[in-house]
Amino acid sequence: MDDVFQALADPIRRELLDRLFARNGQTVSELCVGIEISRQAVSKHLNILEQANLVATVFRGREKYHYLNPVPIVDIYNRWIGKFQQSQLQELSDLKRLLEEE
Amino acid sequence: MEKPSFVYVIYIATTAERLWEALTTPAINRKFWFGMQQASDWKVGSTWRMENSDGTAENIGEVLEVDRPRKLVVSWWNDTDPELRPAGRTRFTFLLQPEGELVKLTLLHDIAPAGQAFIASISEGWPQILSSLKTMLETGEPLPGTSEGSSCKERQLKNS
Repeated sequence: MDDVFQALADPIRRELLDRLFARNGQTVSELCVGIEISRQAVSKHLNILEQANLVATVFRGREKYHYLNPVPIVDIYNRWIGKFQQSQLQELSDLKRLLEEE
Repeated sequence: MEKPSFVYVIYIATTAERLWEALTTPAINRKFWFGMQQASDWKVGSTWRMENSDGTAENIGEVLEVDRPRKLVVSWWNDTDPELRPAGRTRFTFLLQPEGELVKLTLLHDIAPAGQAFIASISEGWPQILSSLKTMLETGEPLPGTSEGSSCKERQLKNS
């Protein structure tokens, strides 16, 4: 679990996860588009995310595709946010979104 | 070969054989699969049904590949729900790879782009099922809300 929090404690890595959330299954080249760091640095960040199991990869031919793997985050969620709190938290989250949209 | 729609990975402190048993035994399925169970004799070409707690099944399929305890491939479709039907035949694969004291479980799910509702439905279900499976195998107890008597999965499928 330390790996997960360390991996998440970086804005570039969070952006990479956001991109995979928006479109799952991307190559390094696709993930480099519009990011202000080198391809080598992107690969390094992806390796850290993969080590933390937040990113899962598969090869198809010569291409390596990266996927957002939410399972460790679900583990964290299950550990600290009980089943019975879910509806109240959803309401708070909806309220926040509503107020911030105005 | 098409790239999968989803790839999930979880590391579980167990053996490949125990994990295979948990994945393919209905009575064990019910403990971590929102009270549902997969019914099949797990032979290539055999039918596969994801049975609700009352024994009915809207989610059906066919066993495509069996390599105990390493690989299991199943096709899965839903003809009864008008929102899930457009997905056609989806396909999921379990890969079990021992790594030291752990087993790496990889789940790949291939869904056609027409299956948006199907994608939304399973992307909520699978991570919870895998997390609960890990908890059950490592502690002996599944997560609350994913065991028998819980209808989360059925609700998700209906709401999606």
